[in-house]
Amino acid sequence: MQTTSPFNPFSPQAAVISGLFTMALILMGIILLIVAVLVVYVSYRFRASRQQDGEPFQNHGNRRLEIMWTVAPGLLVLVLFLFTLRAMHLSDPYVPPKMQPDLVVIGHQWWWELQYPKSGVLAANEIHIPIGKALLLRIVGADVIHSFWVPQLGRKMDAIPGHPNHVWLRADKPGKYLGTCSEYCGAQHAWMRIQIIAQTQADFDRWQQAQLEIPPQPTTGLAARGLQIFKDKTCCHTIEGVEKGPAIGPDLTHLFLRKTLGTGILQNTPDNLARWLKDPTGVKPGIHMPDMRLTDLDVAALVAYLETSHE
Amino acid sequence: MSNFPLVPELSKMGPSGEAWDRLFSWVASVDHKQIGIMYLLLTLFYCVVGGFEALLMRTQLAAPGLKFLAPESYNQIFTMHGTTMIFLVVMPMLIGFSTYFVPLMIGARDMIYPRLNALSFWLLFFGGLFLYFSFFAGGAPAAGWFSYAPLSEQPYSSTPGLDYWALGLLGIGVGTVASAINLIATILKLRAPGMSLKRVPLFVWMVLVNGFVMLFAMPALNAALVMLLVDRLLVGHFFVSASGGSAILWQHYFWAFGHPEVYIMILPAWGMISEVIPVFSRKPIFGYEFVAGSSVAIGVLSFAVYAHHMFTVGLGHPFDVAFSSASMLIAVPTGIKIFNWIATMWGGKIHFTTSMLFAVAFLVLFTLGGISGVTFAAVPVDWQMTDTYYVVAHFHYVLFGGSLFAVFAGFYYWFPKMTGRLLDEFWGKVHFWVTLVAFNLTFFIQHILGIVGMPRRVYTYPDLPYWGAMNMVSTVGAFLLGFSALIFLFNIYMSVKRGKPAGPNPWNAWTLEWATSSPPPEHNFDSLPPIRSRRPLWDLHHPENPDWKPKDAPGETPTHGK
Repeated sequence: MQTTSPFNPFSPQAAVISGLFTMALILMGIILLIVAVLVVYVSYRFRASRQQDGEPFQNHGNRRLEIMWTVAPGLLVLVLFLFTLRAMHLSDPYVPPKMQPDLVVIGHQWWWELQYPKSGVLAANEIHIPIGKALLLRIVGADVIHSFWVPQLGRKMDAIPGHPNHVWLRADKPGKYLGTCSEYCGAQHAWMRIQIIAQTQADFDRWQQAQLEIPPQPTTGLAARGLQIFKDKTCCHTIEGVEKGPAIGPDLTHLFLRKTLGTGILQNTPDNLARWLKDPTGVKPGIHMPDMRLTDLDVAALVAYLETSHE
Repeated sequence: MSNFPLVPELSKMGPSGEAWDRLFSWVASVDHKQIGIMYLLLTLFYCVVGGFEALLMRTQLAAPGLKFLAPESYNQIFTMHGTTMIFLVVMPMLIGFSTYFVPLMIGARDMIYPRLNALSFWLLFFGGLFLYFSFFAGGAPAAGWFSYAPLSEQPYSSTPGLDYWALGLLGIGVGTVASAINLIATILKLRAPGMSLKRVPLFVWMVLVNGFVMLFAMPALNAALVMLLVDRLLVGHFFVSASGGSAILWQHYFWAFGHPEVYIMILPAWGMISEVIPVFSRKPIFGYEFVAGSSVAIGVLSFAVYAHHMFTVGLGHPFDVAFSSASMLIAVPTGIKIFNWIATMWGGKIHFTTSMLFAVAFLVLFTLGGISGVTFAAVPVDWQMTDTYYVVAHFHYVLFGGSLFAVFAGFYYWFPKMTGRLLDEFWGKVHFWVTLVAFNLTFFIQHILGIVGMPRRVYTYPDLPYWGAMNMVSTVGAFLLGFSALIFLFNIYMSVKRGKPAGPNPWNAWTLEWATSSPPPEHNFDSLPPIRSRRPLWDLHHPENPDWKPKDAPGETPTHGK
């Protein structure tokens, strides 16, 4: 079952937080229970209909009781505080200064730009990582503030323009982990999802190798026409070996390998890509990609180009 | 001062006629009771508006992928819902109660600065109009109630909505500073003879603490709003990191106001609970000094906790630890109050009027909101749960289960004083039970939605297991809650027209506002009873067992002596 709960952790960091959260909920639950039981008991025991006429005994306070219910909750939060300190260090380990990150995540309205500086791979939205290894992530915002959050793998961290943040990311089991942008960032904040695809080191290396290959360019048929339209019309996307655009829109190299379109709003199928190209703001209202006014034939050509490997 | 009339003779200028004169008697009023009632009517109106916005949101979220609202519209509506409920409902509603009741409870003729009092109200009135005018001026603001920069800056919010937001809140902010000064000075200078600070009702104590919190918190917001306007309209750079400003600076300013604001929205509510519970338990408040003292502690600490809203900004562990410890510490004085209220009920003779029902429900709901708040002070939990529906559930338990339940308790308690008629108890109890069920139905499940990973402020969500079902439960609850509001409004309407006459003191209460007619005359009191303790009317009716001892009032002896 696909879940995104921090109570179902798949990394040591996330497990520590899950433990702390459980403990906090139990401690706080006890307090709630005490208060609720007292309120119900007092309401029942001292209701007017059970008593005789006249005013009850006028009692103004009791210093010893006051001290008791000041000190006891104080001790309780002290315990919680000490466990908090411990959990902070375990769930968000120290990052040595000037350490080179394994992955740079840049939040844009409304997609994620990914750079693997050690290999030079560029990607978008779907984050491949090797399992069993703590990766150092550098997180930045390109325009407004976003927040990088994959609940099952650890803490969230804000992506702020002009204030890069670092965080360790690790997954212990291969699989797909869902996350999302967790700081309100404008019209399409809802569709700024994250997918982490955790793989064995060998699979990850294969993926990285595939990403680094310059994709072949089709020379015949519909796909060749699609390539030409892409060259003519794009301003904002990169495809390795074809067009190097500024990172205003996601890198589209090897787009056919991705699972979703529009940062999670659609499954990546030829039909869905055609829908998207025909009317981007109809599929995802508010986004910055303009309607390119493509004809049906143009759309079919672009889909043929972008959705196959041409090997 | 007494040589001049407080209000110029308005009927001699402008249009005349009975309807105009009646309108002028409100518009030009500097009477704290009229101004208080205008506050309550205005905030009730905005509460209906904000509630309607909530229902629009819950409709859109009832199932995954609905297209009831476009994303831009949804974002405008959640921004306006938050801004409305905070700046046009909860805060001014509590100021309205303070304006009406503080002078009465301390035995004063009016507020110390009656015209400033009117100015505060009209700044609120026009601030609200300004904010809502944005809908007709190119779209409402859509950057959330805390309008984080740079999303709130010109390139990302290019319609004038945010300018109206900033200008509207600036008006409200300045008016609130004026209210704070007015309330503080009134409490410190206008208390009746014998009414020492150790004898004022706890509601007055809470308003006093609240006055100081507002006085120090609001300027941070006002300053930040001016900076934002400079950025937006005069191409400034305060919060634009690309040209040397800082996006994080806005957060510091905003939360330096924003967290004290949370206490601004609960302190007077605690005051109401501290009035209602003793009266309907027929006992004095348990531990008066501790309830008052813990509120002072909270007022001070409220300025030292604000950055727990910023644990995910990446300011470093030492920073997070400092604000975590203060945030946990503030739970202690809050807990003290809960226990004192329960102890007040202990051994009492509890009358479950509608007012008391709301107060008792408050104890449990507010505790639930408070303890989920403590889990956020455990920093790593915040690193996971901030900006999710868990937060939404948390602050609705505090603001609705806490503040609004207390306001309902206060409303049923003081309505007879303000109108001379009792609110109907049958419809009141229907209102209470429907509200209690609907509130928990709407918001409890949002804790779980947050825990399974649903972020807040999304106009829709992916179809993950159970997300749709849980959201549907919340939406059903929200509509039931809307229905409960209709019962309340119906009850007010019917009771104003033909409610039971209240008489001066329908609850046999003990504080000074009950020592005059309902509603009170323009000058408030014909004469005051002697004030020798916290409960002057108790002393009056129970000369055999008064609260005071001979040393409290030299030269006099209580009849039964001691």
